[in-house]
Amino acid sequence: MADSGRNLRQGYALLSPTLGVVGLALAAPMALLLLTSLKTQTGTGFESGWTLAQYGEVLGRDSYRILFARSLAIAGLVTLLTVALAYPMAYFVAFHTRRKFLWLIVLTIPFWTSYLLRVFAWKIILGYGGVINSGLLGLGLIGEPLSFLLYNPFSVVVTLAHAWAAFAILPIYVSLEKIDRSLLEAASDLGDGALRRFARITLPLSMPGVIGAAILIFVPTTGDFVTPELVGGPAGAMIANIIEVQFSQVGNWPLGAALALVSMLMVAVIAGLFVAAARAAAKAIR
Amino acid sequence: MKSSRLLFGYALAYLAFLYVPVLVLPLFSLNNSAFIAFPLAGFTTRWYAGLADSALQHALVNSLKVGIATALISTLLGLTAARAVTRYRLRGANAALGVISLPLFIPDIVLGISLLLLLGTLGLPLSLASVVLGHLLICVPFSLTVLIARFEGFDRNLEEASADLGEDGWMTFWRVTLPLMLPGIVASLLLTFITSFDEFLVAYFLSGTEATLPVYIWSQLRFPARLPMVLALGTLILAVSVVLVIFAEKLRNQGVKKPVVGA
Amino acid sequence: MSFLSVSKVSKAFGGNTVVDAVDLNVERGTFFALLGPSGCGKTTLLRMIAGFETPDSGTISIDGEVMNTVPPHQRPTNMVFQSYAIFPHLNVFDNIAYGLRKLRLPREELRRRVETMLATVRLEGLGGRAADQLSGGQRQRVALARALVREPKVLLLDEPLGALDKRLRDAMQIELRTIQRKVGITFLLVTHDQEEALSLSDRVAVMSGGRILQVASPRELYERPNCREVADFIGEINFFHATVKEMTDSGVTVNAGLLGIVTLPRANVAPGIAAGDTIALAIRPEHVRIGREGVAGEIVTRTFLGERSHFHVKIAGRTEPVAVSGQPPSGKDATLAFPPENLIALPADQT
Repeated sequence: MADSGRNLRQGYALLSPTLGVVGLALAAPMALLLLTSLKTQTGTGFESGWTLAQYGEVLGRDSYRILFARSLAIAGLVTLLTVALAYPMAYFVAFHTRRKFLWLIVLTIPFWTSYLLRVFAWKIILGYGGVINSGLLGLGLIGEPLSFLLYNPFSVVVTLAHAWAAFAILPIYVSLEKIDRSLLEAASDLGDGALRRFARITLPLSMPGVIGAAILIFVPTTGDFVTPELVGGPAGAMIANIIEVQFSQVGNWPLGAALALVSMLMVAVIAGLFVAAARAAAKAIR
Repeated sequence: MKSSRLLFGYALAYLAFLYVPVLVLPLFSLNNSAFIAFPLAGFTTRWYAGLADSALQHALVNSLKVGIATALISTLLGLTAARAVTRYRLRGANAALGVISLPLFIPDIVLGISLLLLLGTLGLPLSLASVVLGHLLICVPFSLTVLIARFEGFDRNLEEASADLGEDGWMTFWRVTLPLMLPGIVASLLLTFITSFDEFLVAYFLSGTEATLPVYIWSQLRFPARLPMVLALGTLILAVSVVLVIFAEKLRNQGVKKPVVGA
Repeated sequence: MSFLSVSKVSKAFGGNTVVDAVDLNVERGTFFALLGPSGCGKTTLLRMIAGFETPDSGTISIDGEVMNTVPPHQRPTNMVFQSYAIFPHLNVFDNIAYGLRKLRLPREELRRRVETMLATVRLEGLGGRAADQLSGGQRQRVALARALVREPKVLLLDEPLGALDKRLRDAMQIELRTIQRKVGITFLLVTHDQEEALSLSDRVAVMSGGRILQVASPRELYERPNCREVADFIGEINFFHATVKEMTDSGVTVNAGLLGIVTLPRANVAPGIAAGDTIALAIRPEHVRIGREGVAGEIVTRTFLGERSHFHVKIAGRTEPVAVSGQPPSGKDATLAFPPENLIALPADQT
């Protein structure tokens, strides 16, 4: 049932500024991105004709394919790890603490400093003269600093999992907190043990939070170039590093645009698949 | 209970995971060595003196400007849209929400470069305004989510009761709707300000010559000699945030009782 | 014209007619109830009178003024909401004073008015209490005070006692009635609880399916329902199939099957019934006589209710047991008689 008349006009009048601003600020740049990706760079300008050459380059070159695969794998792993680590924490706060607000503050304090510095901190932790190496050296467990801790996909995953933890804790906590406690009592009353009850009631009902967290983490981590540049090294480079290069130093904007569009499409498809899979899983558990 | 104790142990380990890397920042910001490595070389506050840097202060002011503008505009846009979809039954409301939430599914770097292309094509110079535009795309979905949640718990009868008691639409908004929405509005302002203040990728592409604080920090990370100063800056940001939040929490407890919306 | 007059008012939501050409007249100073099952359109009608919904057609007028285009905040009505809609950010005093802002009263006068009202609803001294520290009954009183303090021409009450437990509901019923007498304002109450409607109101309109079936005093509704639906909705009643044999000025003779041929007084016959019609013959449980003569049956259930009992008697040739109220005989058997002067002839259902 839709409203009618004056009400309807008021409603659309309230909605349209936001829709207009976001819609325009989204549609126009995206259209330009698409057009640019169909060009060829010549010096500081573009050639006049249209071409699909950039997409041939993006999809044909092994080095790009490896970068795409690695970016998605890293982002996927980070998402999984962050959500899996945050879930028990959020569960603890939602169900086993009294001073929930205090816990939430304590949990978010580490995120109140610059993202760049939170990432940089891991360089100090994992680096040659870093916390771990000094610790191990001090204990006499190793003779010389380990060099494999930093500059690899692993260090990127750990760093991102730390940097984005708040984006997992908060949505999951909110969805757990919303669960009507009498539903849990009803499940116990109907014969479910603690584990079964968790699988059949708590987990499915907290799925919206899990899905929200996963999207909040997966999308931006795929497009991050800060973390791979600071702690990834050549083996940990991701697609955003290449895009960034196209738009700054080497300056091949059409190629950068094609790379950006393809990665955006991949992220959208995977995020969509993930949402669908999570819904199906939630249904299957019941 | 055994599971409770197990979870408590996990929570402590998790807190350690969150805190240890961050505590490295203050540790080395007070370390009397230009090298960020163990062993520690003694206590100093000299790196904090380096914060009196005009480029840094300029960047800080820029970030405050961008953050405040983004917070105000995106909360206003979120407020009207959230009101529209919760108060009225509009055809196409879900599609509109989908469009507004679309930036959540687009990597920030793509938002940054596509807006860079747009401004270049239109011949507009890069400025703090362009950064605000980019940040709005990121922040409006956040505002909208926070405010819709708040509006949904809102008893429509309260506004009807106000009209029934003789107040027109505008006075009802001032006397009932706004006071009850205030916690949601404050939450939206805080969330969007923090997001904008800390945003790097979009600002990196759109800020041009007017660096924001994250862009400034990024530029400093390349120079090893500047690192201790940057760590001092990070420590200071952390300290100021903690003080602000404790202050806000004190205020919240002292002020009027938190209104409970709905039944 | 009546004080509150609703004339040919209709309202549809998405093609679904909720209020269907309703006429309603309420006299000044009466306590009037709109009674009906949920979904019968009574709340929509109330909300149209308050101004929260706009009629698709018809007119609503109060004290001679047509209200259709008057926005809610300018109508001389005030409402007690079903959820009470107590402003959660204001204390009791400020909730009650909310609607007095426009009067720009001196501070003392405002205080005096609110405190008088607090006394009227017996909440003396609770002005400073926060909204979330009120019990259900207190919330109800605040909602009532907040509406009454504006001295509306018509006070609208939407299921005002629905959220209270039985004991409190009974107490509040008496109080509502007392307050109405005291302030003399016209009360229009919407309820699905027939006991509440009958015990509170001067007049009751029974609504069903968007239409008003009957408007009458509580006693008249109970004793002379004009159709099967009203009879069924107000209290418990037994129905028997019957056909009209003959109609005269003094009485109506019907063939009532199990009960034989009976002649009832003309006053007991609902309008619109003609000779040859199939009708429903109705009798209240307390009017069924237990004695030696009549129809024999067997008691199937008994409910003890103090000085009298309620019981059901199964009689041959009828699937539904007859509800009887009175002193049951000891043992299982009972013989029932149905005095013609207590029988009511109603049109049979169209179904």
